[in-house]
Amino acid sequence: MSTDLATVTDLVEKFLAEHPPASTDDQVLRGARFDAGLAYPHFDQGFGGLGVDPTLSPVVERLFLDAGCSDWSSRNVIGLGMAAQTVHTHGTPAQKTKYLRPLFTGEEIWCQLFSEPGAGSDLAALATRAVPDGDEYVLNGQKIWTSLGHMARRGLLVARTDPDQPKHRGLSYFLLDMTTPGVEVRGLRQITGQAEFNEVYLTDARVPAADLLGAVGDGWRVAMTTLMNERVAIGRRGGGRGDGPIGAAVRAYRKAVAEGRADAADRDRLLQLWTRVEAARLTNTRAAARAGQGAPGPEGSIAKLQFAELNKAVFEFAVDLAGDEAMLIDDYTFSRPGASSASHAAQDVRKAYLRSLANSIEGGTSEIMRNILGERVLGLPGEPRIDRDRPWKDVPRS
Amino acid sequence: MSFTPGPEAEELRAVVRGFLEKRCGEVEIRRWMETEDGHDPAVWRQAAGELGLQGLAVDERWGGSGASTVELGVVFEELGRALYGGPFFGTVALAATVLTELDDQAAQERHLPGIAAGDTTASVVWGGSDPLTSTLRADRDGAGWRLTGRAEPMVDAGLAGLLLAVAATPDGPGVFAVDCTGPVEGLTRTALNPLDLTRKLAAVDLAGVSATAVGVPGEITPALTRALDIAVLALSCEQVGGAARVLEMAVEYANTRVQFGRKIGSFQAIKHKCADMLVAVESARSCAYHGIWAAAHDPAELPIAAGLAGAVCSESYARCALDNIQLHGGIGFTWEHPAHLDLKRARSSRRLLGTPGRHRARLADLLDIPEVSA
Ligand SMILES: Cc1cc2nc3c(=O)[nH]c(=O)nc-3n(C[C@H](O)[C@H](O)[C@H](O)COP(=O)(O)OP(=O)(O)OC[C@H]3O[C@@H](n4cnc5c(N)ncnc54)[C@H](O)[C@@H]3O)c2cc1C
Repeated sequence: MSTDLATVTDLVEKFLAEHPPASTDDQVLRGARFDAGLAYPHFDQGFGGLGVDPTLSPVVERLFLDAGCSDWSSRNVIGLGMAAQTVHTHGTPAQKTKYLRPLFTGEEIWCQLFSEPGAGSDLAALATRAVPDGDEYVLNGQKIWTSLGHMARRGLLVARTDPDQPKHRGLSYFLLDMTTPGVEVRGLRQITGQAEFNEVYLTDARVPAADLLGAVGDGWRVAMTTLMNERVAIGRRGGGRGDGPIGAAVRAYRKAVAEGRADAADRDRLLQLWTRVEAARLTNTRAAARAGQGAPGPEGSIAKLQFAELNKAVFEFAVDLAGDEAMLIDDYTFSRPGASSASHAAQDVRKAYLRSLANSIEGGTSEIMRNILGERVLGLPGEPRIDRDRPWKDVPRS
Repeated sequence: MSFTPGPEAEELRAVVRGFLEKRCGEVEIRRWMETEDGHDPAVWRQAAGELGLQGLAVDERWGGSGASTVELGVVFEELGRALYGGPFFGTVALAATVLTELDDQAAQERHLPGIAAGDTTASVVWGGSDPLTSTLRADRDGAGWRLTGRAEPMVDAGLAGLLLAVAATPDGPGVFAVDCTGPVEGLTRTALNPLDLTRKLAAVDLAGVSATAVGVPGEITPALTRALDIAVLALSCEQVGGAARVLEMAVEYANTRVQFGRKIGSFQAIKHKCADMLVAVESARSCAYHGIWAAAHDPAELPIAAGLAGAVCSESYARCALDNIQLHGGIGFTWEHPAHLDLKRARSSRRLLGTPGRHRARLADLLDIPEVSA
């Protein structure tokens, strides 16, 4: 294990000596990094990895960032955080060869076409149809809340191939080229004024059968890989003690004290948040060490739940400290961000606060996280269900 | 870096858990609750003689095993889980730790072998809410000292054979040993009615009690601070053990009790409470494990790590114990059900070595987060 760490660190150092970040084009560097197996060190050889322990991958990423390489984690948040793992786990060699490299270099941004107007928490109820036609499938339906859909070249799409099956069984998973005719992306404005997410209309859009990920009807299982990785990606943002939003809150508190706006209760409230954030960070460290060998499990929901609730509380506190400024905002000008701002601490604190309200909705709501912890981690019984064994087409929908 | 206890500590845990399940079940706990000394001396001796628990972190020179705070923490976690009633906290977490950290060879030689062997029970006492500003007073008397003042409520102090009193001297705080194996002139100890019957509390009155200094009065503050941090971590581990046991209890009941034709665990109001308890237990566990790891491997981190654990673990335990009663309905409000034992332990240990609020305030000082000036 530690020898692996030494070997990998050594490889990174050699690589960086041959490709100095300061004088190497970003895309060229990332391509070479992929070819050297240093993109996702835990992936298989030939697909951007070296087949080493997954705990080494964040270490390697940190080394590259510290050496001054660019950070793509927000710009291609879905590609790097979810699509890569899903394609690597379920893809054919041809699919891995085709998709993983441009995803890593940043040539191709990815989006996630899961949610629909009628299927959010209950993702398996989704209605977008995929009907086979020769060696293609024809797609019809509507997706919604598609983050970075306006930037994306490719999408992770779940669609219904068999409406006569119960809802979980009739689904299939596709890798969709977003430039396909019949794919229309429309911006949706959020409470921040910006449009980070979109509606995506699919009208007789054709996707080759070769772009099915996993078997026909196996879409739910493949989607689970995506969702588990999503929760981990959201919950386990790295960083040390006091980094991120809580660090911003500490700075905001100092400023408020200096300007005479804080009161005695604020200090304890700050420390309540600080201790909870630090406890969550240590829990993530422990979970990461334990999960070492395998795919993320349902415990990822602890991290996701804590991240969401704490982020909201921390930004609420920061806004409370802003005094009368809390009644104002920088502006609500419509814009289309080129990167996800799910955890941003850098921008206008009031906007960051507004954005944080989505943290307990996106990637699975906090209520759903608690269901998962209760049922999958603690083994409590599920709720009575009326949809489980009935054909999807007969289940009531709003 | 992993701060989770390693395989050796886990082996020790299994042994301790097996022992406690056999010798210290709910029946025994309840029997001891009604007695004056709150435990069974035979179990105490067995814990020392066969398992070496009292001497676990005591140096080998004094008959201990010289294990680290990690092993010690795991033992406290198991004791907390079992709600063990003996004077282990006062003797091991407080007295043995203070003696070890103060590093006064003569005092160690006199007291630690008895503690490790299970012959001596002990505790540390102070006046007021913070040992470092103890209101007890020590006055010179020839080569020795005389102690005056009142300390209450003090854990495990009523029957302890050795009391270590933190008292103020003109040079600053000192620690003073009082041998209580026989009658002591000027010492009055009164058993109090503890909210938590599994943990005995006493009032200690000192009217010119003759005592011996441990370490040099006025120079012990750093060592005493370290010792108290370690004691806070031992307490935090106890609280983790209790909280985890409470969560098990809650989940077990939610999985069996049926109302409206369903197991109550299928109602989200109950399920989500359990999920929040899980998050609370895991948060507490992370802080406690990180703390005992830091105490052993990264001493510079100890103050912050102990402050964090002190702030988080009592809150987690108290919350789990409270929700567990609600989740059990009427049965959870009965004397027969164990739910109240944990609630009472949680409520009282929350004050034992500083409230969560005080730990947060200290943490703020350590992190250089300013106070609001009046
Ligand atoms: C900023 C943002 C970005 C997003 N990006 C994407 C994306 O890129 N791709 C994508 O596919 N989706 C995306 N989403 C969608 C997101 O995953 C869904 O919004 C989410 O799963 C909730 O679904 P819903 O909005 O339909 O709410 P609903 O599922 O209708 O939920 C409404 C309320 O009911 C509660 N509820 C529902 N079911 C239960 C239950 N069983 N038990 C208890 N409570 C329940 C919910 O917790 C919620 O409070 C994004 C959302 C946001 C806000």
